[in-house]
Amino acid sequence: MKKILILFSHPKFEKSRVNQTLIHHVTGKENVTVHDLYEEYPDFNIDVVAEKELLNTHDVIIWHHPFYWYSCPPLMKQWLDLVLEFNWAYGPKGKALQDKICLNAITTGASKDMYCSKGYNSFTIEQFLRPFEQTAILCGMQYFPPFAVMGTHTLSDEELQEYKNNYGKFITLLQAGLTINDFENTSFINDIPQLKQD
Amino acid sequence: MTGGILFEAIIFLAGAIICVSIAKRLGLSSVIGYLFAGVFIGPFVLGFIGNEGDDILHFAEFGVVMMLFLIGLETEPKNFWKMRKAILGMGGIQVGGTLLLSFILFTLLGYEWKVALVISMAVALSSTAIAMQTIKEKGLMNTTFGASSFSILLFQDIIVIFMLGFMPLLVSSDLNITAENHNQQANLLESLPVGLQTLAIIVSVALIIVAGRYLIVPMLRKVSKTGVRELLIAAAFLIVFGISFLMEYVGISPALGAFLGGVVLSNSEFKHELESTLEPFKNLLLGLFFMAVGASINFIIIAKSPFTIGGILLAIVVLKALVLFITGHVFKLKLDQKLLLTFSLAQIGEFAFVLLSFAFGLHLLSQEQMDMMLVITALSMSLTPIIGIVNERFILPKIGTKESIKRPMDHIAKSQKIILVGFGQFGSTVGRFLRSHGVEATILDFDSNRVDFLRKMGFEVYYGDATRLDLLESAGIAEARIIICATNKISVSKAISKIVKEKYPHVEFMIRTKNRFDAYELLNLGHENIYRESLETSLTLAKDVLSKMGFRKYTLNRQVQNFIKYDEDSLRRLATEPERKENYIFKAKKELEQQEKFLNEDFKRGVVDFDNHWDSAHIRKVLNKK
Repeated sequence: MKKILILFSHPKFEKSRVNQTLIHHVTGKENVTVHDLYEEYPDFNIDVVAEKELLNTHDVIIWHHPFYWYSCPPLMKQWLDLVLEFNWAYGPKGKALQDKICLNAITTGASKDMYCSKGYNSFTIEQFLRPFEQTAILCGMQYFPPFAVMGTHTLSDEELQEYKNNYGKFITLLQAGLTINDFENTSFINDIPQLKQD
Repeated sequence: MTGGILFEAIIFLAGAIICVSIAKRLGLSSVIGYLFAGVFIGPFVLGFIGNEGDDILHFAEFGVVMMLFLIGLETEPKNFWKMRKAILGMGGIQVGGTLLLSFILFTLLGYEWKVALVISMAVALSSTAIAMQTIKEKGLMNTTFGASSFSILLFQDIIVIFMLGFMPLLVSSDLNITAENHNQQANLLESLPVGLQTLAIIVSVALIIVAGRYLIVPMLRKVSKTGVRELLIAAAFLIVFGISFLMEYVGISPALGAFLGGVVLSNSEFKHELESTLEPFKNLLLGLFFMAVGASINFIIIAKSPFTIGGILLAIVVLKALVLFITGHVFKLKLDQKLLLTFSLAQIGEFAFVLLSFAFGLHLLSQEQMDMMLVITALSMSLTPIIGIVNERFILPKIGTKESIKRPMDHIAKSQKIILVGFGQFGSTVGRFLRSHGVEATILDFDSNRVDFLRKMGFEVYYGDATRLDLLESAGIAEARIIICATNKISVSKAISKIVKEKYPHVEFMIRTKNRFDAYELLNLGHENIYRESLETSLTLAKDVLSKMGFRKYTLNRQVQNFIKYDEDSLRRLATEPERKENYIFKAKKELEQQEKFLNEDFKRGVVDFDNHWDSAHIRKVLNKK
């Protein structure tokens, strides 16, 4: 069973309906570590050694965060800047993350149809996530399509329940060994057929 | 003499207020002020008070008792036990040595051996009142010198019991009865054999210890429950009076008993309550005591034989100083600590008044001999603070812990000099952090042991009083960029800022303050960089409480920063309010009023919820309206 590390970043978790629902749902699951960065490092002083140790002991890394201004919250950027060190994560001797799986789990206020050339966000999520994708590639990781809860501003409770269940299911699938071939035609994990069947 | 207790009170109080404030303005110890006040109002200058000075002296000795009780409160039993070697060793050497040398001196001067012995006993003892008051005033209680002085004085308190017990043995048996007119005779031990006397003393000491635990503390609990403030004052006095009475009854020095009582109560929850209650009374009584000493200097006797008295006075002071110096040497005190010890205890103490008049009552001394010794005692006490000043200003700077040791400066210290005043709890943290960045502050401190230690650690340290411009100058204030006042004494920070701002206006001040009121004062003096020591620590604690209750740490962090900003703003706003100009007599009340104001303002702000960042609830609201 693969071990999952959820690196969760939210500066105002206590006010986030969607993220609370998602995070509470997966907290305590076997072989899942929810690492709450804003609670761990409220002063942004990240313990790099401890973070590396955490990465070493997990197989799948999920960057779970709200999609603020088409990117991640600042502490998560800080995490990337500090933890992914040269010759550890990348560079000629940087093999520590080799072959691990990596992906973003994000929440967006706007709905999916706004993220296209005709919507007011002009670009797709896939395009916006390119820096994360390349970061993973440079570190030798396999980058999976994102899990995205979109249109949270108008999301009904029932819809949220479905997202929540899907997040849990998807993590179970990851643990069981989901591979990149499982998402040939989807740009979101949410759309894989395995999540549609009960 | 001039009628009316009110008039006398007015004389004493006015004398004290005038003389002590002048002494303080001149930078002298308050003890000198009181002594001179006594001389001025005494029979030989203005003549406001006459022979009743002696009665006042006896009454005011109670200040010494209270002082010892208060010192006891600050001495926890385990620390007291640790001091036993110092008490017996240092006290033993000092009393023994002085007794011997003084005995030789007075025998050589042609006194009969009994007289010489009695006088020597009085000479061997030093003045707890003067020494301890000076030590406390200078904040030197926690130095080696302070502890040594205290040990010696405590030993003297013990040994005086034996001296009083021993004196009657010097008298041929048929004269024994005549001694009864003295109050020492009120004790019940005189008639008992020595074995029983000792037993009575042990029993009464045990009584104090047991009563402290099982009688006094429960009583204080009851009293404090009533919520009547003056009842607690009454209780505090009852304790001290009670112990004193018991001790006098069995013939122990009441001061010693009070000290023991204080030690017993030092672990109780009423420690601070008792301290704050008795402190002002103690100070006033001690002041009265010093004035009475001043008033009791008999200038007629001095005028009659100025050289004899001057000579003996000098001989005694030198002799005591010598023994003290040797005592300090045996116990391996550092040179400057030795000198402080030497000069602060080289006087004849208040016990001499008791011993001498007791001996007079036993016909061991003639009236003439007693008067002479009383004058010498009073003079030697008056001399102590003056010698102390000479030592501090002229001798110590030259020897002992050097004011400075030349040391090649590091490059950063060279380009941007930082001066750090005070290396206690607060200053040391500042200094350590600066040093961890390669910034070596030049340190000023007045504790010589600490100074030596810091020098060993490679710091550039100047020793002495940081309010002296010359010391600041030799520490390099002229080239300094920043001076950090990390002392907990606002008066020191203010004094430094006053002298430095005048001559070196370019130096920037960063000042630690204890509380809001000190901060106001500094703000009004034009200081900007003020650091209230309790502000951030208390908020950190509050933050951690809320965190444990489930609040998010990052949100709390931001709110703490906001709160600090808000509080600093209100501090600056309130500092300029004109009503604050008045004195601090009603400080406690004002503080309460301010607290109320803050709480009200906090209440108006409401529970902090105004921080809407990253909260999409309001976006949701707007969007869903459409």
